[in-house]
Amino acid sequence: MNPGVATPTWRVPAPVAAVLARLPTLPPSALAAAALNRVAARYADAESLAPLEGKAVRVSVTDAGVTITVRCVRGKFTPGTRGVTPTATIAASLADFVALATRREDPDTLFFARRLMLEGDTEASLAMRNLLDRVDVAPLAAWLTRVVARR
Amino acid sequence: MDAVVADSHPAARGSVACRAPDLVCPAGSLPALKAAVDHGATCVYTGFRDATNARNFAGLNFSLADLEIGVRYARDRGVRVLIALNTYPQAQNYAAWCAAVDRAAAVGAHAIIVADAGLMAYAAKRHPNLALHLSVQGSATTYEAINFYADRFGIKRAVLPRVLTLGQVASVVAHARTEIEVFAFGSLCVMVEGRCQLSSYVTGQGPNLNGVCSPASAVRWTETAAGREVRLAGVLVDRFAPGENAGYPTLCKGRYEVEGATGYAIEEPVSLNTLSLLPKLCAMGVRAVKIEGRQRSVAYVAEVTAVWRAAIDACICDPEHFEVDAAWDARLARLAEGRQVTLGVYHRSWR
Repeated sequence: MNPGVATPTWRVPAPVAAVLARLPTLPPSALAAAALNRVAARYADAESLAPLEGKAVRVSVTDAGVTITVRCVRGKFTPGTRGVTPTATIAASLADFVALATRREDPDTLFFARRLMLEGDTEASLAMRNLLDRVDVAPLAAWLTRVVARR
Repeated sequence: MDAVVADSHPAARGSVACRAPDLVCPAGSLPALKAAVDHGATCVYTGFRDATNARNFAGLNFSLADLEIGVRYARDRGVRVLIALNTYPQAQNYAAWCAAVDRAAAVGAHAIIVADAGLMAYAAKRHPNLALHLSVQGSATTYEAINFYADRFGIKRAVLPRVLTLGQVASVVAHARTEIEVFAFGSLCVMVEGRCQLSSYVTGQGPNLNGVCSPASAVRWTETAAGREVRLAGVLVDRFAPGENAGYPTLCKGRYEVEGATGYAIEEPVSLNTLSLLPKLCAMGVRAVKIEGRQRSVAYVAEVTAVWRAAIDACICDPEHFEVDAAWDARLARLAEGRQVTLGVYHRSWR
């Protein structure tokens, strides 16, 4: 075993997490839904969104106490609040989500190493993961940067 | 191991100059295909987004538009695209599989990887320029079986099931009238490819007809105080203690209670890694080494392809002094299912 995979490289400091956990969940969920709609328009067809239809997927950033929830309704992603019961939950540390988003880590590797958790509707989680895997990340990163800069 | 190999085939003893085998890498998405090409694959194998291939997972695989882009990307860089059509059609859906063969030909794939003899006949007749590779799902372990497919359908390459020792592989290579491809790295299973009915028993779906061992719709992971539990169609398949490495939720790798003891009754969740066998595989004339994992991410494909490209280049450059770089092994081991690797059956001395 390689000890490098056993734990994330860094964690969100507890005082920062305490503040983050108190913030409303809607803005990050709305941003995520907007980004996913952008991704879906470019990379998904009706067939590949079908496993997500009517389902709420929650991303839980364990060390930051932050959750992002999105629902897929008639092929469009909408933000969900903390009160929504998720159909599927994907949980990991912020460091690991960043590593996944930048394609430095493989989700199955993190899952085998118990650093990524997956509960609820496995098919919805897999469809979401595979949708994100189809994305050519460079233009999206540029778009996200512009969106954040405008706010 | 050496005794077995030396005993079976003179070329397998070692140090003759050898030709680089094709590095055949998996891609479940267009970015993965590009990563494989960019990191040194010779061939990339893919599948359509349906049950015509053995990785029929939600959201995975290629639309026709993506595949057209992928084939162009690969071809521009001298890399061949192979399309897996390696499940078995049934009477009621035969036309859909034939249509997939037509799509593969139309999109400009170099070859299709097939298991069903009817599809081979169809492809050979309709698309004589489309090369045929015999899938591991065809379960041909002898050169006699492979030569039958070669004579009857003109298959160019056969992918060997992962049940042969190195000596047996050498014998098949020496007598087969096709190129031989072997699995080099990736997840293992019970390896009765094309014939496994285990998951069908619990979920009603299986790899041979539906292209999926553990359909995601039947899988449930639950984090409990006792550990991570996984159920397939409601059947508890495994419980991973806190901190213990997990694996894929397939029935063959589950832990079961047998005669009072709980353990891996069928198969352990480990991955094949044959880096150390490269000089022998090259010397015996194996034409291609295959990386498993079309269900894996871009990060996996990029990393595994890069390591194997470096290893093959080093081996071809100086086969006599080839040594597995510890860093290669470490990079592969961390990606491996169960995070443990094995030489599989290749190293066994019994036949």
